[in-house]
Amino acid sequence: MSPFRQRLYLGLKDIKDGICSANIWAMLGWLEIKQRYRRSTLGPIWLTISTGVLILGMGPLYGRLFSQDLSNYFPYLAVSIVLWSFISGLITESCNSYIAAEGFIKELKLPYTVHVLRVVWRLLIMLAHNLVIVVLVLGYFRPPWGWELLLVPFAVLLIAVNGLWLGTLMGLLSARFRDIPQIVTSVVQIAFFLTPIFWKPSMLGKYQWTADLNPLFIFLEIVRAPLLGEPVRGYLWMAAFVVTVIGFSITLLLFSRFRARIAYWV
Amino acid sequence: MTSIVAENIVVEFPIYGGKSRSLKHTFMRAATGGLLARDAAERVVVRALNGLSFHFVEGDRIGIVGHNGSGKTTLLRVIAGAYEPVSGTISVVGKVATMLAITLGMEPEATGYENIFLRATVMGFKSSQIAPLADEIAEFSELGDYIHMPLRTYSSGMAMRLAFAVSTSVSADILLMDEWLSAGDAAFSAKAQVRLNSLVDRAKLLVLASHDEKLIQKNCNKIMRLDHGDVASFETVSAQPADRLPFVG
Repeated sequence: MSPFRQRLYLGLKDIKDGICSANIWAMLGWLEIKQRYRRSTLGPIWLTISTGVLILGMGPLYGRLFSQDLSNYFPYLAVSIVLWSFISGLITESCNSYIAAEGFIKELKLPYTVHVLRVVWRLLIMLAHNLVIVVLVLGYFRPPWGWELLLVPFAVLLIAVNGLWLGTLMGLLSARFRDIPQIVTSVVQIAFFLTPIFWKPSMLGKYQWTADLNPLFIFLEIVRAPLLGEPVRGYLWMAAFVVTVIGFSITLLLFSRFRARIAYWV
Repeated sequence: MTSIVAENIVVEFPIYGGKSRSLKHTFMRAATGGLLARDAAERVVVRALNGLSFHFVEGDRIGIVGHNGSGKTTLLRVIAGAYEPVSGTISVVGKVATMLAITLGMEPEATGYENIFLRATVMGFKSSQIAPLADEIAEFSELGDYIHMPLRTYSSGMAMRLAFAVSTSVSADILLMDEWLSAGDAAFSAKAQVRLNSLVDRAKLLVLASHDEKLIQKNCNKIMRLDHGDVASFETVSAQPADRLPFVG
């Protein structure tokens, strides 16, 4: 086997073994949440409460500022904020997937993918807590749902799958170049305003098409639109798949090449 | 057949950051630490293992000795699979148990009993495998009702007892140890040594790194001396241990 194919094989094996070690990453991810809220009376329900307070505060204010109809704008904002906290969490925390696992990486032989999935799993648990808000708000406003609602779980899964390559790629780069987490944090902050979260693409008028170029919008919209009873354009699903394929290809090349170096970098 | 075969393994730690400048024109061979050198890309690196080759087989009791920074712990981590060598190959046949960081995976906020599961999961066990062992481990640690208290309420000695009890509950083909383990007060320590000795006896291959020459001579039948990441000597010791030291710090 050529060295390239050998590395590629080991990289793929790491990902496969990592996924199969579900008992480890599920435990570590859940433990982090439990640890954060241990000895607090409400525990992880604080996740739900803090997101709820944010939405209750921002909803009426921004609805007024943009002179929007609240029965339409409020569910839009609630779903957007919940999804954004999931997506932005995946991006910012992906940088620390390996750095934070330094103790494990230097002492144990574990697939590196375990440390990435631990982060993805934790964010999925946090999303599940925030889902309570989505259910309450949508249950109250009852948007005109269609069959597309059935696609929501797959869309969420697709985002999580993208979290896998993102955590692998950003974790690798951040372990080597320690400025990257800082850069990513500030970029994500700006992205909150540049992505249609508390404003709608239609407010852009004739520049509405620019939103379609934003990958964050693409992933946000494939979950958000069906939840709000709006049709999802085929373009969005296609673009989401293209991003996934490109992301995994680049990640696989870099991960195969530098996987063995991660232990030396963290 | 349990074995560890290494061919020319090199381990180099790259040094990123400020210091590289002042070291740029300096090749140093200090009394402690690995060899400072530069790799192909002109980065300053610490060469921890400098092309080691060896062949350990079933029945070997390998003692690794050498000064601080001679590469003992690094070698154990390479055998454990945490570090892949920069060049050279290593093949390890057999199930490996490492006694390198026995508290890794334990959480201060979780109870002692929960920590048995946490630690064992990190060691690679499924919860169905741990469950039957958990009570025995809890009993061995002699923590009584404290086992249901958070780990942060333990004294460091109590925490070590628990970590020791979990980590030594395994059996493996290859056992890697960085210094001899000991835990607890005199009474517990004696009991711990019996357990550790039985674990060592069951292992088909032992690799023990230590500064303690007496300990090495008692437990090992081959001694590998490392110096600046090179094998300075590798010799077979005739006398197999008849009795072991009861406890060594």
